[in-house]
Amino acid sequence: MVLGTYKNAVSARATDKAIQKVSQDGGIVTALLSYALEEKIIEGAVVAGPSETPWKPEPLVALTSDEIISAAGTKYTFSPNVWALKEAVRSYGLEKVGTVAIPCQLQGIRKTQSYPFATRFVADKIKLIVGIFCMENFPYASLQTLINEKLNSSLSLTEKMDIGKGKFWSYTQDEELALPLKDTHGYEQAGCNICKDYTAELSDVSTGSVGSADGWSTVLTRTDAGESIFTKAVDAGIIETKDIADVKPGLPLLEKLSNSKKTKADAEIKSRIELGLPVPF
Amino acid sequence: MLARIKRWLGLAKPDDDQSKLEEAARKKAEEQKKLEEQKLQESESYKPTQKTEESSQEVENVAEKPRIGYFHLSGCTGDVMSLSENYDILSELLTNMVDIVYGQTLVDVWWDDENPMPEMDLALVEGSVCLQDEHSLHELKELRKKATYVAAFGSCAKNGCFTRFSRGGQQAQPKHESFVPLSDLVKVDLAIPGCPASPEIIAKTVVALINGDLDYLQPMMDVAACNQNCGCDLQTNIVNKALCTGCGTCAMVCPTRALTINEGRPECNKARCIKCGSCYTHCPRSWFPEARIKQDLGL
Ligand SMILES: Cc1cc2nc3c(=O)[nH]c(=O)nc-3n(C[C@H](O)[C@H](O)[C@H](O)COP(=O)(O)OP(=O)(O)OC[C@H]3O[C@@H](n4cnc5c(N)ncnc54)[C@H](O)[C@@H]3O)c2cc1C
Ligand code: SF4
Ligand code: SF4
Ligand code: SF4
Repeated sequence: MVLGTYKNAVSARATDKAIQKVSQDGGIVTALLSYALEEKIIEGAVVAGPSETPWKPEPLVALTSDEIISAAGTKYTFSPNVWALKEAVRSYGLEKVGTVAIPCQLQGIRKTQSYPFATRFVADKIKLIVGIFCMENFPYASLQTLINEKLNSSLSLTEKMDIGKGKFWSYTQDEELALPLKDTHGYEQAGCNICKDYTAELSDVSTGSVGSADGWSTVLTRTDAGESIFTKAVDAGIIETKDIADVKPGLPLLEKLSNSKKTKADAEIKSRIELGLPVPF
Repeated sequence: MLARIKRWLGLAKPDDDQSKLEEAARKKAEEQKKLEEQKLQESESYKPTQKTEESSQEVENVAEKPRIGYFHLSGCTGDVMSLSENYDILSELLTNMVDIVYGQTLVDVWWDDENPMPEMDLALVEGSVCLQDEHSLHELKELRKKATYVAAFGSCAKNGCFTRFSRGGQQAQPKHESFVPLSDLVKVDLAIPGCPASPEIIAKTVVALINGDLDYLQPMMDVAACNQNCGCDLQTNIVNKALCTGCGTCAMVCPTRALTINEGRPECNKARCIKCGSCYTHCPRSWFPEARIKQDLGL
């Protein structure tokens, strides 16, 4: 299945204006984690919070909705959120933890849940994982190259970055800059080239921008836990939805991109095996 | 709490009725067969596939109440403490689901000239082996003869862990200087790494054994042969091989906080690393049990 196993697909966005203002797309990640916190489904969430360096995220153990909101928006570089899960359980003593994860982070977490060799009493405390779609990620130095050199801008002036419609976008207060995606190739991390998961197939709920209109997100509910919390959030009016069948470009585009990611990764895996290199999948 | 752990372990309410247990084991074996067949079709399986015939045969062997021995070589008792930290499921496990047939700590049984070592299905061996301690060497050789499966229980047994730093010269046995993992001396069938191995993985391993779920145990069989673990593995086997994604799992599992993630890559403080191998074991880019994860998640 090209999008992984899922129960329902919708186009959705958070109804809270404060979330809409700061979120990357429909604010689904922020809204769901905040809602889970309010409903006591989780006691805290590990998110990619801001750091002192512009656009370099730092994992944050958020205990309030405000802290979760402070981490909204996509940072196109590493945020080792999984690392901070232990912090959340050990130092913060949380019994029920939520987190946001890109596919490779989900793989790390889920593997520790199925095979918890060294993770005493951590893996079973992770109650909600909102997965986000991911085509690739960039080392921080690559971001510097893209923004500073290729777009002649600066990271400290940048207010939002986005990848969509074939371009890498950077927004400052008064400028909208775009770089053709082909100019970013060669700057993504090498580990991404064998990654076959575009839509966070191991999450409870997955979300991303592709498929839905600006300001909206595409959402796939996967596990029972994920389906249940998403439905509750919709019923509570925290999230509004549209039938994905009525939305353009909708699932066909998502399927197309997911497919092409898998095909490319398969080719890279094959060539690595021919070189005698190890690949885990 | 109890219900939660049980659910999480995939441990249906344990039943005294032996036939039900066997029924469950049969079902599991069938499921496993299906999974195996499915896996054979997918060529990119993460492990060497085994013959279905062979595994169902072994399933019959282990489906009865397994006899388990616990051996304490040069270890700290941390792994068996971890076993006992399964709290409320422990009494059920020890009374109705397995027989502990050997061990100084859990039961008062050990081997000497008058008392021969009993036969057992699984030997959980904690600690590495001191080459200058004859008793340990004998015990190891003997248990290898008596046990169907020998499990390296914890990282010291699997790959030496911090006994790798031993170098003798201490009272009261200055000559006791060389400590090696089990697999340097005997064939090890499966390894349960961790310093200590977590209570959950121990319970899951024993439950898998009871259910004859060899598919679950397969990765532990696969990692048994490797006894060279250290924090450097991440650099040489993951980063150097263009596999790292900066996910942070390795740093999460490191028991000594020897690992940090710097610019998206693991950095190992060698002065803190105790060579437990947990980081490499857990890295999703070293091996990846996709089918099992999806099964566990109901996906
Ligand atoms: C590296 C990367 C690549 C992506 N590629 C695609 C793509 O190809 N197609 C697509 O449709 N969507 C992609 N996304 C997802 C998309 O950009 C949005 O993150 C997603 O739609 C969620 O939007 P939101 O408004 O619901 O989230 P928000 O409410 O804005 O919250 C975003 C959440 O993501 C977390 N986050 C931000 N950066 C990171 C990071 N680097 N690592 C881990 N967590 C982070 C934040 O902590 C926050 O909780 C990508 C995201 C990342 C991080
Ligand atoms: S493409 Fe895959 S490996 Fe790369 S950051 Fe995204 S999820 Fe991780
Ligand atoms: S767990 Fe593996 S992939 Fe993840 S950061 Fe560590 S070495 Fe890299
Ligand atoms: S870095 Fe940490 S987890 Fe890895 S071997 Fe060393 S102590 Fe163990």
